[in-house]
Amino acid sequence: MQEYFANSIFFGIFLTIFMYQIGAAIQKKWPLPIFNPLLISMFAIIGILVVTKIPYETYEQGAKFIGNLLTPLTVCLAVPLYRQLKVLKENIAAVLISIICGCLAHIATMLVLAKVLGVEDVLRNSVLGKSVTTAIALGVTNELGGIQGITIIGVVVAGVMGPLVGPTVLRLARVKNPVAFGLGMGSASHAIGTSKALEIGEVEGAMSSLAIVVTGILTVIIVPIVMNFAG
Amino acid sequence: MKYFKQFGIIAGVSFAGELLYALLPFPIPASVYGLVLMVLLLVTHVVKLEMVEETADFFISMMGIFFVPSSVGLMNSMDIVKGSVVQLLFMCVISTIVVMIVTGLVAQFIMKITAKKEEK
Repeated sequence: MQEYFANSIFFGIFLTIFMYQIGAAIQKKWPLPIFNPLLISMFAIIGILVVTKIPYETYEQGAKFIGNLLTPLTVCLAVPLYRQLKVLKENIAAVLISIICGCLAHIATMLVLAKVLGVEDVLRNSVLGKSVTTAIALGVTNELGGIQGITIIGVVVAGVMGPLVGPTVLRLARVKNPVAFGLGMGSASHAIGTSKALEIGEVEGAMSSLAIVVTGILTVIIVPIVMNFAG
Repeated sequence: MKYFKQFGIIAGVSFAGELLYALLPFPIPASVYGLVLMVLLLVTHVVKLEMVEETADFFISMMGIFFVPSSVGLMNSMDIVKGSVVQLLFMCVISTIVVMIVTGLVAQFIMKITAKKEEK
């Protein structure tokens, strides 16, 4: 029985698409941020593979055809960024400086907490890029030699936090300016934070979706530089 | 055919990103080189928005599925993760709140300064 799977390319492709569809259906029925199709299909597939004793490598030989599309997907993020270019130009100083500060604060928090809590380097390195959109976060993890599955969980946690606590946190911090609100949401909670920012207002939404890609690019540049010094 | 052409352009830029990654010494993922290159091509109108728009929007609309394979790879690292799950979740929650506040406050501060300058 095992060898049927071991030689199949389409087993992994089918399982990935099928479980993701189920995850998407669940989210449609119960639209909570925690019912993320990615998270659901990830745990479902791990469960199936563990129960049937099919090794990850067997699944991966088909699934990698889907995973390899990550690079073109990231290239596609140029399109929404290009559409927001006017907004970026108008607010260039606020966007760049605030997001650079946000990135540095993120790395510092992670490094300090990891040290205090005694978390291993490989695990810490897996979440250093977690506030950016998944495609770029995985690239950061890859460069740092972390575990990509942890990155995904971190990215989802960051995302879920946006709608859950974002508006309250930003109100308590007295961030009232719509541009600043959008940047805060997008740089911390990527696309899921942006969906909430869009509900609040057009400016908030535009700034938040702009922040996704800008945070992604700046994180990729800043993380290795800081890690070089932090060693 | 239209989608194939559009994907051809996107794949070409992805390949250029991989080349840059191989040639340049920076620890920047190939995909991000590709992303920046695509923005430059769009800004300079070498690639017009209509030439890639539909395929790009399609890809982005079903973004999550491309991450499933690498996320399932977590099953091979369970042993090392097990003992630190709570700590990792705590780190993710706290750092998310910190980023939100820092980015928001700094942006608000800069908006105030630039608004004052414009008044003068």
